[in-house]
Amino acid sequence: MLPDGHSLLRLQSVRVAYDGVEALKGISLHVNEGEIVALVGANGAGKSTTLNAISGILPLRAGEMEFLGQSLVGRRPDEIVALGITQVPEGRQVFSEMTVLDNLRMGAYLRLRRRDRAGVREDLERILAMFPLLDERRRQPAGTLSGGEQQMLAVGRALMARPRLLLLDEPTIGLAPQVAHQILETIARLREQGTTILLVEQNVLASLRVADRGYVLETGRVVLEGPSEELLRNRDVQRAYLGKDYEEV
Amino acid sequence: MSAIWNPALETMPRAELRQLQLERLQSTVNRVYRYVSYYRHLLDTAGLQPEDFQSFEDLRRLPLTTKQDLRNSYPYGMFAVPLREVVRLHSSIGTTGPPTVVGYTRNDLDHWTDLVARALTACGVGREDVVQISFGYGLFTAGFGFHYGAEAIGAAVIPVSSGNIERQVELMQDFRTTALIGTPSQGLHLARALDKLGVDPHSLSLRVGLFGAEPWGEKTRTEIEQRLLLTAYDTYGLSEIGGPGVSTECECRCGLHLAEDHFYVEVVDPQTGETLPEGAEGELVFTTLTKEAFPLLRYRTGDLASLDTSPCPCGRTFARMSRVSRRTDDLLVMQGVSIYPDEVEQALRAFPEVGKGFQLIARREEEADVLEVLVEVGVVPEMSLPALERLQENLREHLTRTLGLDLTVRLVEPHSLRSPDKREPRVIDQRSL
Repeated sequence: MLPDGHSLLRLQSVRVAYDGVEALKGISLHVNEGEIVALVGANGAGKSTTLNAISGILPLRAGEMEFLGQSLVGRRPDEIVALGITQVPEGRQVFSEMTVLDNLRMGAYLRLRRRDRAGVREDLERILAMFPLLDERRRQPAGTLSGGEQQMLAVGRALMARPRLLLLDEPTIGLAPQVAHQILETIARLREQGTTILLVEQNVLASLRVADRGYVLETGRVVLEGPSEELLRNRDVQRAYLGKDYEEV
Repeated sequence: MSAIWNPALETMPRAELRQLQLERLQSTVNRVYRYVSYYRHLLDTAGLQPEDFQSFEDLRRLPLTTKQDLRNSYPYGMFAVPLREVVRLHSSIGTTGPPTVVGYTRNDLDHWTDLVARALTACGVGREDVVQISFGYGLFTAGFGFHYGAEAIGAAVIPVSSGNIERQVELMQDFRTTALIGTPSQGLHLARALDKLGVDPHSLSLRVGLFGAEPWGEKTRTEIEQRLLLTAYDTYGLSEIGGPGVSTECECRCGLHLAEDHFYVEVVDPQTGETLPEGAEGELVFTTLTKEAFPLLRYRTGDLASLDTSPCPCGRTFARMSRVSRRTDDLLVMQGVSIYPDEVEQALRAFPEVGKGFQLIARREEEADVLEVLVEVGVVPEMSLPALERLQENLREHLTRTLGLDLTVRLVEPHSLRSPDKREPRVIDQRSL
């Protein structure tokens, strides 16, 4: 259970700088258990930087970051994974020489070390059932999969760690629209199974359609937040990110 | 205990509420800095950047925004969205000074409706109720605000608006009104009308009343309850930050729950502007957290109250404010109309026959609140009695029109109110609340 009054994840006034440039200028956000929360915005707005700060890849210059009521500030990336946060980085990064099955097992690395063999086997079957295309190709090297299948594999591998919170960075980037649609459907299904997701997407319309709430980032700041349906109705969001011009909105 | 309209928000743990408020404060500051030149200038002058608002303490570094600031930017100077995104406009009424105007986007209207739905639900009004809205419809926010909130909870709404007291009584009889919404002075006015028309309040179906837009106290509450046979609740709102639904009593009637997910509330010392600790009485200052069209940072209301964040038996976690019975200035609020003495002074300048002194006397009579204006006659010239009577009538007409409120005028001796060695107060509020 969560400590009283705590969201699963909570960021307060987080600032991150690299190469001398402040990429996050005081971001506050929270994710409650069972929610899908979208971070949307243009390239360079600070979306991926936010995920990398949560994962411990980038250090904070200032601010607070709590997960399950414990501070994440100053923790190493592997400690953060052990706490229950798994990130699926942009560009999928599956091990192309290894089979689909071995890729999935890699995701449960920490659990295998803890000798949770039965649990891992159970999850493996559950995930293969969720992704029938991966099941068909379970013995194929991951490098032979299509882009969409590799993305599913990357998500499946992350789920093998049984994360309390899944961070998805641009899961549909570079995918054909139909494949992107499949990926987002998968994400919506994950929520039904109780997975909590912080989703970064350039495809604002699609991500807000699967998310419960969203934050709109611009140049390292949150300029709008709220339930997805409200953001979709905000004409600033429509104009800036849905590619509609004045006549249409 | 009756239902809670939006339990996920209204009962959220206060730690989560603080997080939500911080997120919304920061996104509001980011937007006003970009879109509202008034606030960009204010931050720049204070040497602040939007990212300097890392906590609520940082907000205190910003000067308060006043009614005059809103007037200076009339009509659209403080809007944070282009007009094409605005779907409703409301405006202050009944004053001779420059008016103020407030805009709403579609999302703003939906939030407002939700806030009023919460208030009605907190007072036990539900879908079974027949709700008679006796607030004025029009530019004034109360009529439309309660209207959409009452529709949202599924009640049957009678949009009768204010005025025509006999018709109000007739509707209460014919439509079997169960919930009455209006000003407390209207409540008393209705009670009086029942007496006059010989209508037994037991023959009516009234059960509950929500009253606001005027200061009123426990004495008035008891009288309304005994004469109309309903439970009377206090509600609070002001059009500058959105209209009714800002705070409301619940069935415990131990203070008014503030919609803290939409407003950040401070209590400040009206003289120094310093933030006061919880429990101390001071001026209410509001920062809007979700407004798209008309966001305000640290708007000072002139209303005096204190805050209480201790748990309420109703389960709502939102802080409660005490009932507002006093103001920081000598503004008179009557029948939802704000009357500033300065505006009366200005209106009197059109009459060369009158002196400098005047006095506003508010009384709560049986029917309703009444306003009497005492006006000094000028020293010269001597006037005949008919001329004085004509002057008195002209003053009454002029003031009624400019203030938007029925009133009486009484001429008094030169220098009886104001002279070099005498200065009577400009406002005397004799209403026993």
